[in-house]
Amino acid sequence: MAENEALNEAFAGDAAFVPYLAAGDPSYEASLEYVEALERGGADVIELGLPFSEPIAEGSTIQEAVVRSLEGGMTPERFFEFVDDLDVDVPLVCMTYYNLIYQYGDDEGPRPFVEKAASLGLSGFVVPDLPAEEAGPLREACDEFGLDLVFIVAPTTAGDRLKRIMDQVSGYVYVQARLGVTGAKDDVSDQTGASLSRLREWDVPKAVGFGIKTGEHARAVVAAGADGVIVGSALVDIVAEGHEADTPVAETAERLESKTHELKQGALAGAGEDPESRGESLAESEPT
Amino acid sequence: MTATDVKFGEYGGQYVPEALMPAIEELTDAYERYVLENEDGFMDEFRQRLRDFGGRPLPLQRADHLSERYDTEVYLKREDLLHGGAHKLNNALGQVLLAKYMGKERIIAETGAGQHGTATAMAAAHLGLPCEIYMGERDINRQRPNVFRMKLNGSEVNPVTTGRGTLKEAISETMRDWATNVEDTHYVIGSIVGPAPFPAMVRDFHAVISEEAREQCKEQTGGLPDTVVACAGGGSNTMGAFANFVEDADTELVAVEAGGSSLDVDEAAGVAPNSASLSTGDEGVLHGARTKLLQDGDGQILESHSISSGLDYAGVGPELAHLVDEGRVRAANVDDDAALAAFHRLSRLEGIIPALETAHAFGWMEENPDELGDVTIVNVSGRGDKDLESVIEETEKRDVEGAVDVGEVFR
Repeated sequence: MAENEALNEAFAGDAAFVPYLAAGDPSYEASLEYVEALERGGADVIELGLPFSEPIAEGSTIQEAVVRSLEGGMTPERFFEFVDDLDVDVPLVCMTYYNLIYQYGDDEGPRPFVEKAASLGLSGFVVPDLPAEEAGPLREACDEFGLDLVFIVAPTTAGDRLKRIMDQVSGYVYVQARLGVTGAKDDVSDQTGASLSRLREWDVPKAVGFGIKTGEHARAVVAAGADGVIVGSALVDIVAEGHEADTPVAETAERLESKTHELKQGALAGAGEDPESRGESLAESEPT
Repeated sequence: MTATDVKFGEYGGQYVPEALMPAIEELTDAYERYVLENEDGFMDEFRQRLRDFGGRPLPLQRADHLSERYDTEVYLKREDLLHGGAHKLNNALGQVLLAKYMGKERIIAETGAGQHGTATAMAAAHLGLPCEIYMGERDINRQRPNVFRMKLNGSEVNPVTTGRGTLKEAISETMRDWATNVEDTHYVIGSIVGPAPFPAMVRDFHAVISEEAREQCKEQTGGLPDTVVACAGGGSNTMGAFANFVEDADTELVAVEAGGSSLDVDEAAGVAPNSASLSTGDEGVLHGARTKLLQDGDGQILESHSISSGLDYAGVGPELAHLVDEGRVRAANVDDDAALAAFHRLSRLEGIIPALETAHAFGWMEENPDELGDVTIVNVSGRGDKDLESVIEETEKRDVEGAVDVGEVFR
């Protein structure tokens, strides 16, 4: 399976931090600043959302980001311009829904989208509405152009399904920390530890997302055995607050940078913990 | 389930978040065992409940005045007489019963016009399961009586405020609930849409419509119909009315979509002022299936429109999309005005007040009387009580041929 060196390298350190923002939220120019702030804060990989009108896997925070971005004129073509305009060195992963990938370009199927993404240096994709069963054509196109295809593993995924996904995944596996949709929560799900232990036999890096909000959550997730932490809604919340309060872009970017720093430091702290105690850390982080 | 029932040609499939896939596998297994193989007598119980609770079988009635008007034999399959006033109970009862056999403890459903929501609420009350219905805010205001009915049957009604607040958003929101509560909850999807096995399973629960109609037609006319006409939004009454005629090559099957106010798309506004995805849509992926969709050139889903909220949807069942591509089903459409005129016409001529959805099928007959064969069956998918308020309002805005001025008695 073709693998993108960039993602492998990004996960080679102690604990990777993978923030998500919707491209173009709330405007093209502001969003460029915000994504660049993530890199300054210590992001190892950035998941960049290309908004789809029917985001069925997203909670209200990211649904609203999608609306802001679409109203700001974001389209797949603009998204590629956005990627081209971005001044960041960390690998970028495009998170979007299958219909946008499928419809892009003149040829039927996902190939034109993947070809374009590859030409701009994107490293891979996460497609929340594309389970392993339907992923064949996209996997093929990713192999052709040397991009990674990240799959989500849910708390309900086990047995043959898990094997089928892990046969196709590359880059990293997105471990969905809890059932449901995206959105910041006040605790770390105890489903995470069980999910991570099901994945132990595979070498691919394991990044945990869904509901993670603080450096302390990030620490607990990494201490439980994750190789990386994915955070979206808690960062999108900062963008939304800045937008609503009409905060200067530089100020919101600074808040994003410091939040990213907090989450990255949390992840690193988790990686530094004594492995003996790592199994118990999750329970300690539950709210009291 | 055979491979052809996961995919219908190129259409169908299972494009859903991974969190839902185990539940979909579990549902596929239950569908195969209980529905296709009648394990534990599931289908026997379903049929008995459809009879005792639902009131089946339902008549195939000769429409004397329409037959005279079009100089042909017109028969009405009276799904409006099913308990609840629409065909929707066939599927809702089947799925709620299946959820019970599967040991699920909670029912959720989306609804557009409220007909599927009310049917699900009735079935859940009948079978003793708690139920929550997601309904777009705009539809809640358009379909107030159905909201009351759901509440009376003990269901929660959750308003969906995202997007334009119609069926598309309600389906997305119900999928989010399902992804959160998948372990104990069954999602009773209301049409032949969504990931496999839903399109095939919902069709099978509604196939009783054409199973009865086919036998009744043979008994009453001595043969099979030349034409079967049904309205099509997502397409559940359509496939129910067509399923047992698909192999009858001499029977023409006409799916009548909502032409809305125009077939033209306003891409800048992201609006298709119609719900005619079979007639005008392109292939794409939405709500778990590859099918024909109203979408812009980028693949963003357009806001649909119809005077009838039950047809107001940007997609259509994958099996119907396939049958249209194959040339087996003919896709037609009539606009809001024609549907409204047909609503008044059927009410006056036959003493049957049809749902606005159903009125589209009659609108097509009125516009195409020469296309009707010697024997035509129209599926009267539902009754129009729920639509009275919006019909009065919409009629006042237009010059509808032969419409009564309902408002005058109040003045």
